[in-house]
Amino acid sequence: MNIHEYQARELFAEFGVATQPGEVAHTAQEARIIADRLAGKIVVKAQIHAGGRGKGTFTSGFKGGVHLCQSPEEAEDVASNMLGQVLVTHQTGPEGKEVSKVFVGSAVDISRELYVAILIDRALSAPVVIASTEGGVEIETVAEKSPEKILRISVNPFLGLMPYQARLIAISLGLTGPLLNQASKLFTNLYRLFIERDCSMVEVNPLVVTKEGTLLALDAKFAFDDNSLFRQPSIWGMRDITEEDPREVEASRHGLNYIGLEGEIACLVNGAGLAMATMDIIQHAGGTPANFLDVGGGATREQVSAAFRIILADSRVKGILVNIFGGIMDCDVIAKGIVEAAKESGLSIPLVVRLEGNNVEAGKKTLAESGLKLESGENILDAAIKIVNAVKKSA
Amino acid sequence: MSILVTHESRVLIQGITGSFGARHARLSLDYGTKVVAGVTPGKGGQIFENQVPIFDTVEEAVRETGATVSAIFVPPPFAADAILEGVGAGLDLVVAITEGIPVIDMMRVKAAMKGSKTRLIGPNCPGLVTPGSGEKSHGGCRIGIAPGYIHKKGTIGVVSRSGTLTYEAVWQLTSRGYGQSTCVGIGGDPINGTSHLEVLQMFNDDPDTEAIIMIGEIGGDAEEEAAAWASEFCKKPIAAFIAGVTAPEGRRMGHAGAIVSGGKGTAAGKIAALKAAGIAVAETPADIADTLIRRLK
Repeated sequence: MNIHEYQARELFAEFGVATQPGEVAHTAQEARIIADRLAGKIVVKAQIHAGGRGKGTFTSGFKGGVHLCQSPEEAEDVASNMLGQVLVTHQTGPEGKEVSKVFVGSAVDISRELYVAILIDRALSAPVVIASTEGGVEIETVAEKSPEKILRISVNPFLGLMPYQARLIAISLGLTGPLLNQASKLFTNLYRLFIERDCSMVEVNPLVVTKEGTLLALDAKFAFDDNSLFRQPSIWGMRDITEEDPREVEASRHGLNYIGLEGEIACLVNGAGLAMATMDIIQHAGGTPANFLDVGGGATREQVSAAFRIILADSRVKGILVNIFGGIMDCDVIAKGIVEAAKESGLSIPLVVRLEGNNVEAGKKTLAESGLKLESGENILDAAIKIVNAVKKSA
Repeated sequence: MSILVTHESRVLIQGITGSFGARHARLSLDYGTKVVAGVTPGKGGQIFENQVPIFDTVEEAVRETGATVSAIFVPPPFAADAILEGVGAGLDLVVAITEGIPVIDMMRVKAAMKGSKTRLIGPNCPGLVTPGSGEKSHGGCRIGIAPGYIHKKGTIGVVSRSGTLTYEAVWQLTSRGYGQSTCVGIGGDPINGTSHLEVLQMFNDDPDTEAIIMIGEIGGDAEEEAAAWASEFCKKPIAAFIAGVTAPEGRRMGHAGAIVSGGKGTAAGKIAALKAAGIAVAETPADIADTLIRRLK
């Protein structure tokens, strides 16, 4: 799960991580009131879950999702140009994202830009802190061009980030003198936030030293461990479903694991590994997968119906491949679910079904006698080739 | 022989009274597995299906029944505690089936297990099967949720991060007359108890395993690590399959651990590493068993 920048700042405030003062505004008038209160130079930032906002363009023609303003009136004007408009950045895709909130904050005079992140190192099974003097740049770029500028410190899961480790990170970033204490406090609190809110990643980029000599977490990206959301109600409350693919939101309501892609052939599979492998084999057979969809180990008839509805709501979809290995599930029950869902949805595009496993003969018989125009695949490859050919023929 | 478990292994089930645990306890009993105890705190003294005694604690179950292996079907919020209870009771092997355990919990479990004699398989895994010699491999040791009947006793070791993809490979082997020594699902989470590499080492040392199938997927670098070791030390032929060539970057593909991030953990990178290590890589999931069989001829 991801959150907005203004929500990240709320978390920073809660955990004592120094950040720039500011608030979220839902209307241009609110933006002016906040700017008035903050005084001085103001920055107005569109709130969407995508990077590259500063260089983005609104479909209205208004340029930039991040603006520096000299007065509350200017902040109001900029906010009115952003709110309700669609912002396109290199991460949103050409359709862009509608902006319904802006962050209004005090502008910061930056003297240095740094980078710090915490994530879980899978190989070490421990958190690691990553720091670099190259702030404002993507860490992957730094890793490629100057890996010696990246410091990695692994943390003992029981001890947490030790004060000496926080100081080591600070000193590696050149944060000495009066900045050393500020920095070690910031890193310690950031680590506490990471653990107590079950983050899978928090990236502060840039972490800045202002001209006045203050250390601030200026922009941040958070990712949370979905497995932990049951015990993080405040984080769950920050979910913004307007930022998510509506097909994925609908799927999650039915306990389905769905990820929308750009291709033409939809797939419905049981098991995540097999679902990925089915997408791969569609491509291998010369087609393009429209989605990842795992109906899980014990898919019910209702889930299969919901899966069909979600798949068919996508106008890009030109054919469907169902691939089920019914290890313990009864293939005939699955076959009946497929037939019912296909009939219910008034299916008009090619459907290929590959069933294997428990009671498979009965399942195949149910499919064959359904009166539906569907083909059976002997194995996954055969099924993939059949659906790719059927889609080509119907095009 | 086999690895990790034999048909003699005495198995207890933590969470035997939940619907998921009960269902699979029944299926394991039907397969001929020695399920000797169940553990559900507060239900000690009851009997599962007139057959398996239930205890309040793992320690008591071990003392009373001689169980050495546990399968965990406990819901995610309580699963870390259940794993460590098994470790504390001195079990040889704990197999965590539970999907959805918080990553930070697993990180602490791993750190707490350092120096213990217990091996953890999973979490978020189908478990493991050492097929038996009866009809449809009856009489084997089935721990977890895999369908028993698709197996056949034999000499191929299977290790995988995915459930249904494992069944797919096992069924391909069985249909072609090739049996398995042990099939191990190591799970789809980013932090797990046992890696591909460790299972390869066990298969390499097992005199009854002649060849290995390894199934991986995007995310992390466990397959690369296993490949690097195998190229130098593995005496047995390996065929592999990697899922997720078409997976978009930055998205979790069902499994919590199946994610390409920052250009790392891609299927292409894994396939290249496996090939460089001399491992035969199946081009499609339909070709996993045949890729190994071709290598054996």
